[in-house]
Amino acid sequence: MTALLEFQNVDVFYGPIQALRNVSLSINEGETVSLIGANGAGKSTLLMSIFGQPRAAQGNILYQGQDITRKTAHFVASNGIAQAPEGRHVFPDMSVEENLLMGTIPIGTKWVDEDMQRMFDLFPRLKERRNQRAMTMSGGEQQMLAIARALMSRPKLLLLDEPSLGLAPIVVKHIFQILRELAQSGMTIFLVEQNANHALKLSDRAYVMVTGEIRMTGTGQELLADPQVQEAYLGGH
Amino acid sequence: MSGYQTSFDLKRCLIDTVMAGLISLVVFGPIVGIVLQGYSFQTEPKRLAVLIGIVMLGRFCLSLFLQTVRGQKIAESFSKPGGGVHVLPPHHKSNLRFIIPILILLAIAFPFFANKYLLSVVILGLIYVLLGLGLNIVVGLAGLLDLGFVGFYAIGAYGLALGYEYLGLGFWSMIPLAAVMAALAGALLGFPVLRMHGDYLAIVTLGFGEIIRLVLNNWVGFTGGPNGRPVPNPTFFGLEFGRRAKEGGTPIHEFFGFKYNPNAELIFTFVVLVIVVLAVLYIKHRLTRMPVGRAWEALREDEIACRAMGLNHVLVKLSAFMIGASTAGIAGVFFATKQGFIDPSSFTFFESALILAIVVLGGMGSTVGVVIAAFVLTILPELLRSFADYRILMFGILMVLMMIWRPRGLIRISRRGYEVRKGVPPSAAHTRVMPTPVTGKEVTP
Repeated sequence: MTALLEFQNVDVFYGPIQALRNVSLSINEGETVSLIGANGAGKSTLLMSIFGQPRAAQGNILYQGQDITRKTAHFVASNGIAQAPEGRHVFPDMSVEENLLMGTIPIGTKWVDEDMQRMFDLFPRLKERRNQRAMTMSGGEQQMLAIARALMSRPKLLLLDEPSLGLAPIVVKHIFQILRELAQSGMTIFLVEQNANHALKLSDRAYVMVTGEIRMTGTGQELLADPQVQEAYLGGH
Repeated sequence: MSGYQTSFDLKRCLIDTVMAGLISLVVFGPIVGIVLQGYSFQTEPKRLAVLIGIVMLGRFCLSLFLQTVRGQKIAESFSKPGGGVHVLPPHHKSNLRFIIPILILLAIAFPFFANKYLLSVVILGLIYVLLGLGLNIVVGLAGLLDLGFVGFYAIGAYGLALGYEYLGLGFWSMIPLAAVMAALAGALLGFPVLRMHGDYLAIVTLGFGEIIRLVLNNWVGFTGGPNGRPVPNPTFFGLEFGRRAKEGGTPIHEFFGFKYNPNAELIFTFVVLVIVVLAVLYIKHRLTRMPVGRAWEALREDEIACRAMGLNHVLVKLSAFMIGASTAGIAGVFFATKQGFIDPSSFTFFESALILAIVVLGGMGSTVGVVIAAFVLTILPELLRSFADYRILMFGILMVLMMIWRPRGLIRISRRGYEVRKGVPPSAAHTRVMPTPVTGKEVTP
């Protein structure tokens, strides 16, 4: 099986500061892979470097075998990689349906009705609020909307940047429930998360990132059981 | 709010009244109360007292009125944040479908009873409608604050004057050409500012507008500098509107055999302008419903999300700048035609501010609001000729009041929500054509 997305020895700099050091990782088709790490470890940088923002100074990023290291953000985003950005970033003045419609930009509106229906099946809460403006919804609902919007482009790879950010534990649980359903349906998911407990339970494989380097890798269960990971990310119990 | 209070609170009314009196004393005191006479000045307490009296009486009545049930309702409707875009149900039918035909009929009837003055005022209003619509795309829809919009207006106007002088181009050929030229200038401005937002963008665009004006002012050999340039009279298929034809042409009244009408040229400008405004309104209406229109609005709302969606922000921003600019270019051609003569002093920063005020006053992104605001801000100063000295003061007061009560503009932006089309089965044959998120893995061969 070839990797859907592959990082090969990627270095990324913000001016003089090195944010990613020699990062290599791969995501296979149909897998759920998560990347966990503390604040400032470089998780979001890694995710954004897929879109060339910031651009990798060294190394290659391959998507379906094609080098996308130097491609523009919109090229990457419109070729099967969809992202639910950190902090949700839904369009505040647009209704739920319009937000979903925006998600179809890369593929056009050919399947919009069908896909929208599917999103409403996946997130019944969004169906209730279909004509409501996104800014008037709760954080959890906005996160659902951000995920649904990303799915509207029928991506091959779904990138999620901290879907649990700023949400109540019960809502986080609900969101991960939905992500599990998505993963079981065959969606390839790359999850960047601080909430290691939830992320590891969901993932087939996971990477642990510390100050810009990949320190550990293994299956979700292995990492959950690892004493070091427990100590650092799971509250030591 | 459940119930409205019914009793009157006289004390509050009196406090309000005294406060209003003090404020008006501060505002009017130096302006009205002291009159300069040569090197000395003279106090005019009587005039001041009358003005303050009027303000206090008005405030007292207002306070009393606001305490009635009806007044409380009105006050409540003002204090509502009402923010944001109002999303209408998909099948909403706007009242405009009745209003627009009436307005068109009015526009057809207008030249028959209007005199020269009225015609030229309305033409000016329509020119500002065009400018407002253009800037509305840039500021209202795409959210890019542009303070140098007058530059594109100047390009259109000078395009006609200089195009006639050097290339022999006329009114008709300049309308499309001015649109293209202004659009190119818009792209020229757009490229360097792609990465800028808010204040920085405003400063760069401000500079752009000033550059255009200063070039026009100082390149005396080419543009005529501060002396300005004459503009050719418009023609209708080669027919002229003057009493007597110049250079062997035929005046229109001789050709069609009607009596010479000194207003003919203005009427002609008015008719063409109305047609252009209607066309621009229609195009804008369609654009906001097309993907590019949605992309503009999305860009205004969240640029990061836009790029995450795979939107090419370069194209989106440039298209907003170019389409907005081309509208201003067309407006410039009409302005030059109406004036018959142009010079750089018509294209100062104040003009940009006025156009921006039209957009802000009308409601950012709202077409109807911009049309109304354009007429209000051009016709009101004409009606207030006798208060000409206080025009800018009134303008300022109007803007302050607007920002307090209607920060989103006169007319709330509303747009029709997305309509889910009927007749497409939820899980139809498409699933086999393309991998879907839910069944992706199983379906791909």
